[in-house]
Amino acid sequence: MTDAALPAGASAPDPSAAIKKRLAARYRAERRFRAYGIAAIAVAVAALLVLVGSIVSQAYSAFWTYELALDVTVDPERIPGDPSNPADIQRGDFGVMLQNALRGEFPDETRNARIRELLALSTRLNSATLGRRVADNPALIGQTIRFKMPISDEVDRYLKGQATGRDWVRLDAAPAVTPDADGETAALRLSPADAARIADAVGDAEPSVIVFSNGGAWRLSGPAAQTAEGEQLIAPGAPGVEDRALILSTPEADRRVSDAQIAWTETLRARGDVKAAFNTYLFANTDSREPELAGVFAALMGSIFTMLVTMVLAVPVGVATAIYLEEFAPKNRWTDLVEVNINNLAAVPSIVFGLLGLAVFINFLGMPRSAPLVGGLVLALMTLPVVIISGRAALKAVPPSIREAALAVGASRTQAVFGHVLPLAMPGIMTGSIIGLAQALGETAPLLMIGMVAFVADAPTGVTSPATVMPVQIFIWATSAERAFEARTAAAIIILLSLMILMNAAAIFLRRKFERRW
Amino acid sequence: MNDREPGGHAAPLTPPTPVVQTHDMHGHPLASLPVKVCTRDVDVFYGDKQALFGVSMDIPDCSVTAFIGPSGCGKSTFLRCINRMNDTIDIARVAGSIEIDGANIYDRGIDPVLLRARVGMVFQKPNPFPKSIYDNVAYGPKIHGLVSTKDETDAVVEDSLKRAGLWAEVADRLDAPGTGLSGGQQQRLVIARAIAVKPEVILMDEPCSALDPIATAKIEELIDELRENFCIIIVTHSMAQAARVSQKTAFFHLGKLVESGPTEEIFTNPRDERTQDYITGRFG
Ligand SMILES: Nc1ncnc2c1ncn2[C@@H]1O[C@H](COP(=O)(O)OP(=O)(O)O)[C@@H](O)[C@H]1O
Ligand SMILES: [Mg+2]
Repeated sequence: MTDAALPAGASAPDPSAAIKKRLAARYRAERRFRAYGIAAIAVAVAALLVLVGSIVSQAYSAFWTYELALDVTVDPERIPGDPSNPADIQRGDFGVMLQNALRGEFPDETRNARIRELLALSTRLNSATLGRRVADNPALIGQTIRFKMPISDEVDRYLKGQATGRDWVRLDAAPAVTPDADGETAALRLSPADAARIADAVGDAEPSVIVFSNGGAWRLSGPAAQTAEGEQLIAPGAPGVEDRALILSTPEADRRVSDAQIAWTETLRARGDVKAAFNTYLFANTDSREPELAGVFAALMGSIFTMLVTMVLAVPVGVATAIYLEEFAPKNRWTDLVEVNINNLAAVPSIVFGLLGLAVFINFLGMPRSAPLVGGLVLALMTLPVVIISGRAALKAVPPSIREAALAVGASRTQAVFGHVLPLAMPGIMTGSIIGLAQALGETAPLLMIGMVAFVADAPTGVTSPATVMPVQIFIWATSAERAFEARTAAAIIILLSLMILMNAAAIFLRRKFERRW
Repeated sequence: MNDREPGGHAAPLTPPTPVVQTHDMHGHPLASLPVKVCTRDVDVFYGDKQALFGVSMDIPDCSVTAFIGPSGCGKSTFLRCINRMNDTIDIARVAGSIEIDGANIYDRGIDPVLLRARVGMVFQKPNPFPKSIYDNVAYGPKIHGLVSTKDETDAVVEDSLKRAGLWAEVADRLDAPGTGLSGGQQQRLVIARAIAVKPEVILMDEPCSALDPIATAKIEELIDELRENFCIIIVTHSMAQAARVSQKTAFFHLGKLVESGPTEEIFTNPRDERTQDYITGRFG
């Protein structure tokens, strides 16, 4: 260090000793400051990691889903009207076809309550998808087709291990099953080793135990013993899970998926009809009351339309304002006033812009509610001050020598500004604009005020059709009761964050591209 | 690039203007040089603060006039009056008259943009545009419509760079950024940019203060050559430089023009005590 360079052991009480002392203190201060800086960064990084980590850990299960594939017979009798007219075809009763297909998987089940439970494995809303597929290809009428649909959200949660703890016990020997007369219950005889192992896995708790054998499934009514009473869930005979016991740690009353549904699901899984897949519904579908069908597509399109309106309004107006105020406007009381007001505008809470939008655009000008046009206008008002302020800062940062150089060879003010100053300020202006837009992309409150919180079943096709946006969609899902929306909320947050990262990456890219040294 | 070079070296380095004799056999300036810039009672105010007080002087054509004086005395302010660069400062206000070739440049009918095409300026810190060397030089002629074809532009660029003594160094890299040159080269590029619009007067505000001695010598040599065709006004804080390059010198102090006259007289036989003190280094 520099200390070593100082003459060591100088005998005279010269000023160098004092300087040395001061120098050491100065270095200490610098080291301290660096430590503070590193500590601050470490805290920030840790907080970021925790945030992203918690969102990702919640969201990742929403990016894949279990699909139920059924052989559906497209029954011509259930399609009234002209079978070559797509509109007529879509009016067909595809829900019943789906139900019949599902019932066909377990034909022995005749109890009505059980059948209702069975049909709850997939929502009736899937019939619309089937109807569209048949309408697109009327040749399918009368055929049996393989139709894939997302399994019910509660079953999906069970399959992902979120509904209950699951423990599989392999049985060494197939239990001897003696069904009673009405087929509702059966006496099960387990081998001593199997009975002991099940009892072991069960422990002290009182969980549900489902024994699978020969394609059938029974729920044990009492403790696992060599001879046990079992309620029949699935009649034996068809292919299914072989010789296993499933121990569910959460009692049936405490979960939204019943033992019978679990037995059917496991049997379907064993038959290869239930498989995990990438959750395309999350991206391709619009919002739905059924979490397994709900997707962000409408919100994404809404966000894109809204951002387009915001961009088209806020960026040109903001940049032009910045250029005028910075380069052309005389510096007087009026421009000072304008400047102060722009700065204040940037600090106005965003919901106030929503109120303004409601009062002016919707109530006074009569623009449509819930439309991206109004949302974009409101967000443009909110973004303008940011664009103006960052644009002015970027223009200010261009060295005055460039301006002088242009003026001195006889360029007019406009030529100097647009030919020399603006290109140099462009990276800064664009970064500021994109950051402003990214802010607008994440804005919720003002859009709630103008009705963009409505349930939107169809993706918007233009700036005047009803729409919602990503952050509002997140808000809607976060306040929904279904547990499955929790993961989807987190997934939507990740999609929104990716969108923002994409925008910021674009900002960096543009910055690099336009950046020139001077 | 080579393809920009019009056939061989036929193009003359300087236009065939007759060499104006500026000194007699003893080195004294000839009185016959026409007056190019004539200022009367020029006052400049920055807001309430007066920076120049009644400056009246005649600046001859085809010669170098040097402004000297302690810093803050108003040399740059006066220089910037001559091409109305002070117009770009909101708080600056100019009174009095400045005539170029007998026409007051502060008259209502004078467009400062056109004026600046006639009065070029070189600044203390080299300020090439962040563009190619070629575009730097071609910019002025293009915006003033002095050139219309690519060939004409090429010719003007080459001619200007040659006159600025930079052609040999950059002929093979006209597409390289002007900001990538050395400080001295940048300053010569800026001079080339200024002479490309064929000005009559060139103002230079301490053009060498950011340069090393070798680059400075080159610029001084260049100024001496340019003198034949332009009226050059140079602000300098180096009295040696003023003595080397100028024929006329004006000494400013506290916003006032103390005295002006042929350079040799100012340096050998100043009439004012303050001039005496300044050139002998008693204050500065
Ligand atoms: N843009 C400006 N605004 C206000 N005052 C200025 C400005 N430019 C120069 N001045 C003032 O005018 C006086 C003369 O400055 P200047 O002409 O730059 O001096 P010099 O070039 O001789 O060093 C100084 O007092 C300076 O503070
Ligand atoms: Mg100066």
